[in-house]
Amino acid sequence: MSPNDVLLRTVTKAAIVIILTFSIYLFFGGHHNPGGGFIGGLSVAAGLVLLFLAFDIETVRKNIPIDFKKMAGFGVLIAVLTGVSSLFFGEPFLNQTFGHFHLPIFGETELATAVLFDVGVALAVIGTAITIILSISEGK
Amino acid sequence: MVFLLLFMIFLPFIFAILTPFLYKLFAPRVHTGWFVAIVPLSVFVLLLQYIPVISNGQTIYQSVPWIPSLGVNITAYLDGLSLIFGLLISGVGFLVVLYSIYYMSKEREALHNFYVYMLLFMGAMFGLVFSDNILVLYVFWELTSISSFLLIAYWYQRKNSRYGAQKSMLITIFGGLAMLSGLIMLSMMSDSYNIREILSEVHVVTESPLFLPAMILLLLGAFTKSAQFPFSIWLPDAMEAPTPISAYLHSATMVKAGIYLVARFTAVFGGSSEWFWIVSGVGLITLVYGSINAVNQKDLKALLAYSTISQLGLIMSLLGLGSASLYFGNGDESTVYAMAIIASMFHLINHSTFKGSLFMVIGIIDHETGTRDIRKLGGLMSLMPISFTLTIIGSFAMAGLPPFNGFLSKEMFFTSILTAVEQPVFGMKMFGLFVPIIAWIASVFTFIYCMILVFKTFTGKHQPEKIDKVAKEAPIGMLIPPAILAILVIGIFFFPNVVGKNFLQPALMAILPIHSEGVGLTIKAWHGWNTELFMTIGVVLFGSIMYIFLKRWTVLYHFFPKTLTLNHLYNQSLEGTEMMSYKVTNKYMTGKMRDYLVYIFGFMIVILGGALWLSDGITFLGSNQAGVSIYEGVLLGAMVISGFAVLLSKSRLTAIIALGALGYLVSLFFVIFRAPDLALTQLVVETVTSALFLLCFYHLPKLRKEVSRIQFKLTNAVISIGVGTVVTLLALAVNNHRLFASISNFFEQSYTLAGAKNIVNAILVDFRGFDTMLEILVLCIAGLGVYTLIKLQLAGRDRKE
Repeated sequence: MSPNDVLLRTVTKAAIVIILTFSIYLFFGGHHNPGGGFIGGLSVAAGLVLLFLAFDIETVRKNIPIDFKKMAGFGVLIAVLTGVSSLFFGEPFLNQTFGHFHLPIFGETELATAVLFDVGVALAVIGTAITIILSISEGK
Repeated sequence: MVFLLLFMIFLPFIFAILTPFLYKLFAPRVHTGWFVAIVPLSVFVLLLQYIPVISNGQTIYQSVPWIPSLGVNITAYLDGLSLIFGLLISGVGFLVVLYSIYYMSKEREALHNFYVYMLLFMGAMFGLVFSDNILVLYVFWELTSISSFLLIAYWYQRKNSRYGAQKSMLITIFGGLAMLSGLIMLSMMSDSYNIREILSEVHVVTESPLFLPAMILLLLGAFTKSAQFPFSIWLPDAMEAPTPISAYLHSATMVKAGIYLVARFTAVFGGSSEWFWIVSGVGLITLVYGSINAVNQKDLKALLAYSTISQLGLIMSLLGLGSASLYFGNGDESTVYAMAIIASMFHLINHSTFKGSLFMVIGIIDHETGTRDIRKLGGLMSLMPISFTLTIIGSFAMAGLPPFNGFLSKEMFFTSILTAVEQPVFGMKMFGLFVPIIAWIASVFTFIYCMILVFKTFTGKHQPEKIDKVAKEAPIGMLIPPAILAILVIGIFFFPNVVGKNFLQPALMAILPIHSEGVGLTIKAWHGWNTELFMTIGVVLFGSIMYIFLKRWTVLYHFFPKTLTLNHLYNQSLEGTEMMSYKVTNKYMTGKMRDYLVYIFGFMIVILGGALWLSDGITFLGSNQAGVSIYEGVLLGAMVISGFAVLLSKSRLTAIIALGALGYLVSLFFVIFRAPDLALTQLVVETVTSALFLLCFYHLPKLRKEVSRIQFKLTNAVISIGVGTVVTLLALAVNNHRLFASISNFFEQSYTLAGAKNIVNAILVDFRGFDTMLEILVLCIAGLGVYTLIKLQLAGRDRKE
């Protein structure tokens, strides 16, 4: 890293907010528009990579103290659990359901268990991507 | 009491389980053999009780289901044929166990192994001869091969034992497997697994096209087991086994399993000229081959091994000649030929008695002098008088001299041969005259080696300096078993009709069912001045002269080239097969990934392309084609250009960038074909992979970093163009042969069914969520894989340093 990268770091600080927001939008929009867990997860990972590039790995780790390997495993676990939970209602494995509810702030909103599954997908994707990138960069 | 016979088959197996415990408890105080001897003795006594029943022409059948759904039952079928074998196995078995008690040292030998193998063998032989079910028969057949293998290699520290065991295993198992396929064919033809039912379906079998293959395969099994030419080579090498084993397995019982098989299936296959010629022809060749080779042996056991081969050939040829009886049906000619079958069974019994006793005596000589080499032995007559007497009885019986039982069966052999000439059948007219001459020559050689056996060992000068031990007579316990057999040898000569009435007649009924009333049979020692007697006198005269001038003409054996012997052939072919498979494997298993890819893709071209070609599936443009827009054309052009750039670029960096360009162009394709999710994912993933490629590129080792174009290789070009063409053709063909409507209509209801307007997402997380779940698992595993590869590799490197 060059010693004087103030410009990069400042731009990163601004950009990361936009990237993460966009990622979350992609994630939640996935149900009705292009997007979803996979793309949302990948773009979150891209944002994190930008952080790694602008700051060094140790700093990022200190600020985001997450073990990404666990995150990947956790994602798979959520996905499996959403599948298992449908068994409790006497439905086949991985049976998804949805409904329209009236929530205080959002008004009339559609809630779907598929989104929970997608959360698992997104976490697995983020965890895996960051694990790969971190281990390669640390390995060399 | 009903299943007593069946129980007797399994008695040796049960006892084999108990033997190690008995050995542990009583060794070395009591010789384990004393316990084992109970088994054959009790079976023998039991079988003796059946003699009156069987000689009345009755049979006994007992059966318990084993795999009833497949029609496989364990059976005990007792008729004249199996009674002879059963008595031989149990009787000789008892004597051999008795002999082994004195032969095998209870301090030095692993007796529990010895007796377990032996009991296994005994049980297998009982099962073999009593089985009516051909599959069970095969099971026991292989069990005899395996236990014989174990017994030959009993002294497994010796190289020769292991060699002999391997050889006998390879040859007999080869034959056994051939026999199995023959038996399966037989069951296909007759639609039954039971020999008795097959016999009742003979007319179906004879007319079936599988008749000849089944016969040849079955005979392969019989010939390998009974050491017939050219499969006889394993028997001399099996002499590495302890002498009781040689006496039991390789003279009296196992080698006769093939004889049993031929006798048992004579009623099925006999009466055809092929069976007649193969069985009697191979038998005669074996007879001559064995007797000529026996004369040249220096080891007494090897001499006996070749003499066994020769005698088995004699029995086999008699069975072959006798099968012609079935061709004639029920008549006078038929009866004449049936005498050959009787002669074969008679000689079988005789051979077991005198050969068993001879082996035991040779074992005694080996045991008491420490050598079996006839060049070192001599002048033992006064030192070992009882052994000498026993050897004379055994040898003269083998040579076919009166007053021993071998004389009777040899005369019957000559009679059968001469009958076959007098009443020609199956084109015997052509070769008929040769058959008695061959038999006569073989008899002369038999006479010579019998004389060698007696006189080279017991007469001449005693050479105490050449042998390791001080020669003396064996302990009485060792002499009793061969003495009992020798008494039988003489006893059968004087009372042959007892054997004839009780054993030979029922056996004939079993082998040739058409003679269910039996044939009028009296065996006479003196039958007048006829051709057979003159032949025997000729044998004695000629044999004596040749024996006297033995040294003059045995030099002829040295002229026979070593490279032409069957053993040489066997060793060469074994070595050759090993070398060849080694070479072939080395040829195509190059260890180079590239070559394997060439094979894989080559097969893909041949099989997929071949299937397309053969099924006429190649079509180019069908009715399903959509129009081509300008954007698609331009994109396609760009992709072709970047594809060629990857192939033709000089540096790797260019290739990586061209690959990236290709990836982005693909995502543009997704845009054009209205797949926004795919386009997004493709964009991100392509970026990541390009970055990873760059990383790999950056870390290439400096030394061999080469900046050069991919070398052109014709094979690679052909293969890659071939694969491209085949896959393109396949895709076109698939596109033009749509057989069913697409199911995508269903997914259009994604909003009503899954509450999602994005169909792709609905499919991924709802309709086909299972795939997605496993895909993220794959991703997770890949990530962990990368992590462990990098971290663990570092740890490993540290440890090595």
